[in-house]
Amino acid sequence: MKIIVAIKQVPERDAQVRINAAGKWIEEVDLQYALNESDAYALEEALQLKEKHGGEVTVVSAGPERVGQTIREALAKGADRAIYVASNDLGSRDALGVARLLAAAIQPENPDLILTGLQSEDLGLGQTGVILAEVLGLPHASLILHVEKTETGLTVKRELEEGWFQTIELPTPAVLTIQSGGNKLRYATLMGIKRAKIKEVRQVTASDLGVDVPPVVLMEGVTMPHKQKSTQMLGGSPKEAAAALVEKLKFEVRVL
Amino acid sequence: MSGVLVVVEQHAGRIARISWEACAAAQHLGAQLSLPVSAVIVGAQVEAQISEVAARGLPRVARIEHPLLAQYTADGFTLALEQFVKAEQPDYIVFPHTYQVRDYAPALAARLGQVLISDVVAIGDGPVFTRQLLQGRLNGSYRHVGTGPCIISVQAGAFRAGETEKCAAEVTVVSPTIDPTQIRTKPGEPFRGSSQTVDLGSAQLIVSVGRGIKDAANIPIVQELATALGAELAASRPICDNGWLPMERQIGSSGQTVSPKLYLAVGISGAIQHLVGMKGSQCVVAINKDPDAPIFEVADYGIVGDLFEVVPALSAALKAAKG
Ligand SMILES: Cc1cc2nc3c(=O)[nH]c(=O)nc-3n(C[C@H](O)[C@H](O)[C@H](O)COP(=O)(O)OP(=O)(O)OC[C@H]3O[C@@H](n4cnc5c(N)ncnc54)[C@H](O)[C@@H]3O)c2cc1C
Ligand SMILES: Nc1ncnc2c1ncn2[C@@H]1O[C@H](COP(=O)(O)O)[C@@H](O)[C@H]1O
Repeated sequence: MKIIVAIKQVPERDAQVRINAAGKWIEEVDLQYALNESDAYALEEALQLKEKHGGEVTVVSAGPERVGQTIREALAKGADRAIYVASNDLGSRDALGVARLLAAAIQPENPDLILTGLQSEDLGLGQTGVILAEVLGLPHASLILHVEKTETGLTVKRELEEGWFQTIELPTPAVLTIQSGGNKLRYATLMGIKRAKIKEVRQVTASDLGVDVPPVVLMEGVTMPHKQKSTQMLGGSPKEAAAALVEKLKFEVRVL
Repeated sequence: MSGVLVVVEQHAGRIARISWEACAAAQHLGAQLSLPVSAVIVGAQVEAQISEVAARGLPRVARIEHPLLAQYTADGFTLALEQFVKAEQPDYIVFPHTYQVRDYAPALAARLGQVLISDVVAIGDGPVFTRQLLQGRLNGSYRHVGTGPCIISVQAGAFRAGETEKCAAEVTVVSPTIDPTQIRTKPGEPFRGSSQTVDLGSAQLIVSVGRGIKDAANIPIVQELATALGAELAASRPICDNGWLPMERQIGSSGQTVSPKLYLAVGISGAIQHLVGMKGSQCVVAINKDPDAPIFEVADYGIVGDLFEVVPALSAALKAAKG
């Protein structure tokens, strides 16, 4: 099976968030980056499918140069090769613009299966995979936890709300957006890290792909959410804060 | 038609409650822009639900019906609504942000040359739409700049489904053209996950642990706190994804919904998918090292600090208090 996995580099979860001077996004200087969580699960699913059925796993990522580090990480975990879509202005594209860029990079590969993460941790659009399917004219299923190859295509397990699930059958080629938790994630081995250095990373630029369309939705700026609720903060040393909380639980909340 | 169109969601004959919040958002938008608001509901037979929708003070309600829409598929719903939107030409389309909407509204928008502004939490003059970024740590303001319909989905809990004046809605029935070959996926019936042996729904006291705990080996620290308090132990999704606690202890949109007297969140950031599962709690206490963590937005009491120091101190203080 020929599988493409779209991976996105996002700010590390514990990173300090400060708004940049233009008020358009967060300050990126000194920011640490990581592989988006659900993309890690998408990669894991792809690697397991390859181990079962053979084939090839290619990762594709669009973004500025720093994205190369995340691509190497995916190669170290076992992806065979990568397509890097060099782009410094992703922020000025809307979700359709990014999906068109990825679609143009993926299309010549003729994959059997395209996996994306369910949702990015920074923009949290939860859309790119579904739009990608539409742009490529392929069927899709979202919120997927397990993928099984069948005679005619795929059987997938889809998460529904409140602990319900559903099975969906669909033909290939198809696009699936992967939800976290379906598999146990692997770590890169030392050997994997070594091998990653010599794996192919093909670079294309947004202008090579020729998909410059004006956005229809613009993010105009960002702000820190203002607190609506007044939380009683209990300060002091851990011991003092703990003692204060016990008092509150006893006399105000009355649960002790 | 020009105006605001709200898409009401139903499952097996019952209207999803968040649909009423989408109606409230649509009515807010309609009032702001002096535009009429109408509703649409999609399915095979939605006649029984239509009176409920019509009672929401909407002058016009449409039923899109087709046998191929009996079970939800992204292909079927996209086709049906594409045809309806092209015929009606609404200025705004408002969806509730459900798993179903996530699955097809982005494709519908793309087919119309548009982009869904997903998960909207507030609508300001302009209109400018606010949605959360970085899992609730930042807000972004979005504007629709193209021609054609502006399409949004609204986050659960952001708009209050209020009482509206009843009025007799004009109901129309629409039959889209759908060919069976256009539906490429075959959905199965919904089924329940693992057997649920713990019912956290009736627990009075809950200690809930998140990724701040860092490692499976540290879980006993919060287990001890739960025991000292006489509480049930619960968790955020990543803890269950990693297999550190069983799935049935997960709180949130894809786990259990709880409303205890006390919910003590330890090392949980407070992403919306977690909050929807616990915000009915009578009292929320949060322990987190990040003073800006969104969990403090719903907390009655907060301790900013390292859980590895605060939690053992709290366990000790509780044991002492209980004697
Ligand atoms: C469709 C969908 C469904 C989802 N369903 C659910 C669901 O049902 N339930 C759910 O929980 N999530 C769900 N999620 C995931 C959700 O979006 C968040 O990713 C998740 O809730 C984050 O979990 P967390 O708060 O434990 O981890 P993080 O967001 O990583 O937060 C960890 C927190 O710990 C704090 N911390 C770190 N170290 C320490 C320390 N030493 N002391 C004190 N504090 C510390 C950090 O400041 C941070 O705030 C869903 C997501 C999607 C897209
Ligand atoms: N710049 C990008 N490069 C590669 N993949 C991306 C990019 N942006 C989004 N994706 C993919 O689309 C998924 C959903 O992203 P989003 O729609 O932003 O929530 C991510 O988890 C990735 O798999």
